[in-house]
Amino acid sequence: MSEEMSVATFVPEEPGEQNTRRAFLVAAGAAGLLYTAALGYPIYRYLASPSEMALSATAVTEVTLKDAHKLPRGAVLMFRFGTAPAMLIHHEDGRWVGLSAVCTHLGCTVQYESQADRIHCACHGGVYNAYTGANVSGPPPKPLKLFKVAVNETGVEVSRT
Amino acid sequence: MTEKTAYTWIDERLGLSELAAFARHKTVPVHSQSFWYYWGGISLFLFLVQCFTGVLLLVYYRPGAEAYESVRQITFVMHFGWLIRSAHAWAANLFIFAILVHMFSAFFMKAYRKPREFGWLSGMVLLGIASVFGFSGYLLPMDELSYFATKVGLQIPMAIPYVGEAIANMLRGGPEVSEFTVQRFFALHVVVLPAIFLPLLAFHLWLVQRHGNASPPSEEVKPGAERKSIPFMPNFIRKDLAMWLISLNILALLASVFPWALGRQADALVPAPAGIHPEWYFMSPFEMLKLLGNVLPGEFGEIAGLLLFTVGIGLWVLIPFYDIGKTSGQRARAAHYFGLLAVFALLATTVIGYWTIR
Repeated sequence: MSEEMSVATFVPEEPGEQNTRRAFLVAAGAAGLLYTAALGYPIYRYLASPSEMALSATAVTEVTLKDAHKLPRGAVLMFRFGTAPAMLIHHEDGRWVGLSAVCTHLGCTVQYESQADRIHCACHGGVYNAYTGANVSGPPPKPLKLFKVAVNETGVEVSRT
Repeated sequence: MTEKTAYTWIDERLGLSELAAFARHKTVPVHSQSFWYYWGGISLFLFLVQCFTGVLLLVYYRPGAEAYESVRQITFVMHFGWLIRSAHAWAANLFIFAILVHMFSAFFMKAYRKPREFGWLSGMVLLGIASVFGFSGYLLPMDELSYFATKVGLQIPMAIPYVGEAIANMLRGGPEVSEFTVQRFFALHVVVLPAIFLPLLAFHLWLVQRHGNASPPSEEVKPGAERKSIPFMPNFIRKDLAMWLISLNILALLASVFPWALGRQADALVPAPAGIHPEWYFMSPFEMLKLLGNVLPGEFGEIAGLLLFTVGIGLWVLIPFYDIGKTSGQRARAAHYFGLLAVFALLATTVIGYWTIR
C-alpha cells in the first residue's frame, strides 16, 4: 500500500490488523529499550569512572606516613586516608591521635587548634575532643572516626580500628 | 478527562494546536530524486551526536599543557572513554560527508534558486564553520598527527601577502604550535563556533520550513496534478527517523569496530611520521595547492593558488545569483557543468592525494 493511499483513505481496522499493530508496538518498544540500554550503559560507566576509582581507594585500611614520627609536640599533620582527609595530632603530653578530618555535620575539613587543644569546624562551629574525636558542642551529630596509630623509627602507621 | 484539560491548559498558553495544524499541512514532494532529501536530516542528526558526545568528552578533557594526558586518560582509563571519543571522531567525519552530499544534491537539484538563496548561503557558511570545527577539534588530543596537521594547516594563511604571518600567529598564539594553540582552539571549538553555528542552523532550518523542499527542475515542469507529495507528519518524519536510526547503527559499528587511534604525544623535536597526510576532507585542497605549486613554483604559485581557490569558492557560493532562470537555459547548463567539474576535481585530487602518500 502506497503512503499517499494510507493517509487519504480510512479503512476500519480488522481484529487481525489490531494484533499486528500490537505486535509491532511491542517489538518497537523492546527495540527502543534495547537501544536505550546499549547507549545508557557505556555512558553511565564512563561518567561513573571516578567514583569507581575512589571506591577502590576507600578500600585502603592502612596508611604509612614516612618521617611523621618527627612531628613536634602540639603539631598536626593533615593527610589522606584513601581519598578522605584525615589528621595526625602529636599532643603536648606526647600522645599520638589519628582522626578523620571530615566534619560529621556537613562534611567540611576540620581544624586542630593547639592552644585550646580542641578540634574546630569553621563552617558551622562544631567542636570535637582532640583525643577521642567525641562531638563536644555545635551541630555535629556524631564523633570523628578514630584511627589506630603506631609510631616507629621510620614513620607512623595509621590504620582502621 | 484530566489529560484533556492538561493539554488544553498548556495549549492555551503555548499554542501547541497551531503547531500541530502547521505540521499537518506540511508536505514533502515525492519523485525519483527524493532520496537526497534525507541528507540534511542526517547532517542534523550527526551534529546532535557531536553535541552530545562532545559534552561527554568535556567531562574529562583538560586543554592546555595537560591536553594529551587527559585524552590518554579518556581513552585508556575511563570506562568506555575510547568508545565516546571514537564516536565523536567518526561522527565528525560522517557529518562532513553528509553535509557534502547535502550540498551537492542541493546544487544539482538547483535548490538554491529563488526564493531559497539564503538557504544556500547559510548552508555554505555552516559548511565553512563545520570545517573549522574539524580543524580545531583535530588539534585537541595534541598527539603527533594533530600537531603536524595544525602546523601545516596554519602555513596556509602565511601565504597571504603582508598580513599572513600576523593572522597565523594570532591563530597559533605565538610563532609555534604549543599549549597556547590548544587552549585557544579549545575555546574556539566548544564556545565560539557553537555560538555562531547554532543560531545559523536555526535560521537554515527555519528557511526550510518557510519555503518547503525544493523540487528538481525535471519535476517543476510537470503540471501540478502529476506531482506527488506525502505529508511531513507522520510519513516523512517516520522515514527521516529511520534514516537517523540507520546513521546511528553505522556510527556505532564504525566507532566500536574501528576505534579512533591516539598517537604518541606531540613533540616538536621528533620528525614528522612517514605517510602523514591531511584528513580526507582537506586532502583535495592540499593536493590542488601542491599540483599548482609544481606548475607555478615559489611564492607566486602560492598566491596564485589561494587566488584560484578564492575565485572558485566565490563562484560556488554566489551561484544563486547567476543561475536564476526558472526553466533550464544556457546558464543552467553551465551551472550544471560547473558542478560536475567541481565533483570531478574534488574526487580526482583526493584520489591523487591518497595515491601519492609516501
